[in-house]
Amino acid sequence: MQPFSYVEPRSRAEALRLAQAYPEARFLAGGTTLVDLMKSGVVHPPMLIDVNRIGGLDEIEAAEGSLRLGALARMSDAASHEAVRTQAPGLSESLLFAASGQLRNMASLGGNLLQRTRCLYFRDRHFPCNKRAPGSGCGAIDGENRALAVLGTSAACIANYPGDFAIMLVALDGTVYLDGPAGERAVPAATFHRLPADTPHIETVLAPGEMITAISLPLGALSRQSRYLKVRDRSSYEYASVSVAAAADFAPDGTIRDARLALGGLAAKPWPVTEAALLLAGRRPDDPVAMGRLMDAAVDGARPRSGNAYKVPQARSAIRRAFATLARRSARSVA
Amino acid sequence: MVAPRPDTAFAVHDPLAAVTLRLTVNGAVTEVSVEPWTTLLDALRERIGLTGTKKGCDHGACGACTVLIDGRRVLSCLTLALSARDGAITTIEGLAAPDGTLHPMQRAFAEHDALQCGYCTPGQIMSAVAVLAEADAGRPSAATDPAHRVTGRADLDEREIRERMSGNLCRCAAYQNIVAAVREVAEATDPSRP
Repeated sequence: MQPFSYVEPRSRAEALRLAQAYPEARFLAGGTTLVDLMKSGVVHPPMLIDVNRIGGLDEIEAAEGSLRLGALARMSDAASHEAVRTQAPGLSESLLFAASGQLRNMASLGGNLLQRTRCLYFRDRHFPCNKRAPGSGCGAIDGENRALAVLGTSAACIANYPGDFAIMLVALDGTVYLDGPAGERAVPAATFHRLPADTPHIETVLAPGEMITAISLPLGALSRQSRYLKVRDRSSYEYASVSVAAAADFAPDGTIRDARLALGGLAAKPWPVTEAALLLAGRRPDDPVAMGRLMDAAVDGARPRSGNAYKVPQARSAIRRAFATLARRSARSVA
Repeated sequence: MVAPRPDTAFAVHDPLAAVTLRLTVNGAVTEVSVEPWTTLLDALRERIGLTGTKKGCDHGACGACTVLIDGRRVLSCLTLALSARDGAITTIEGLAAPDGTLHPMQRAFAEHDALQCGYCTPGQIMSAVAVLAEADAGRPSAATDPAHRVTGRADLDEREIRERMSGNLCRCAAYQNIVAAVREVAEATDPSRP
């Protein structure tokens, strides 16, 4: 790692002051992405602002139909939290299906949203990469791209967003809370990440000096009937080739009243499929016409490259499977 | 330079400066000189001389460097030594009793031949010790049915152990015997069993 200075503020205000005074500094939370990338020479901040001793940023609260997760809450603690498990089981699954027990104990929820791509060209500084070194080109478009994105890509970048938690957060209409030089603001999770376009190095709407302070999502029939399905090369400790965050509120006759869907693994950012509510309302998950339309809408505009065309049919199957599982779980809880 | 402020808990302003820290490792407070970029793994191995904790990938992918901080398993290769200074760190050297009696998990690994080259073993054992504590605390895993509540280490069947131990790679593939060792300790030390 390149040498850096290290500061531990006790308060959020002091952390924000430091971030504004030292624009090249980076916040350090769990360090599972940042320290790794610093060791690889992909990022080299001259200063780390360790935010772990700021109080009050790691609380998890469920009240009044809303779940609020502090940005410093650790993945393992959020996944195990009683309210998360019972009222948003898909969110707990999205955390438990990610990384390993050790990494989940370290990684913060805020940091998890900011997880960087696993694209090999981004992580190896000997290759061109527009995300790591803007203007240097993309090694992946005509290179090793089996793991990379088919949705939301650009001529500059086909990196995929690798996280799991953000996919479920987007499906369940979550919100990300930010604090920074211009004060506090709330951003819908669905618009927090940016598409690469011609600036793939800018991945989110975070402004310079801003930090994530909390994450929230509404609790209700949808969150209680949510599921995260992750398709991957290994059954554990592996990134998604495709993942599906699905939620459905079922009527007693088994038809869907309301539904949500977002995809991960195959897109440049967490990929909401906003047509899900309309296409599935009044239908059953085994309705081939409705499900076919939803699958078409989900992968509409997909642009496969040499190695990743398999993700399109994989996503279609995973969507059908996720809603079928939700229907079974719903029937089980009624019975 | 960063001006000293009352709401700054700690700072190392000179990137090239070594600072002296007090780390609590296996119950003993040890003074150690580190730079801001020194990982806990390097501090343990190179500065304190506790070489039981292994450096495998050094990128958080293999689990060989697993230690406990305040009872939670973490990767020491991705933890800065500076950040670890308030915690109680336990390494493989701290598991056996002072008289040398092995921890039940160490004994089970030896009895089940749960290793070949042994390089991943300290990390496997530290992780396994934490897995039992996580099950005791009712923590679920990806292998847990969402409708089921984990009540203790009795719930650690083979599937659960494989999932919970997936962050510890063994290139010799001693997984069968590792699972058997963890399972035996989970069953033998289950407090709910007579």
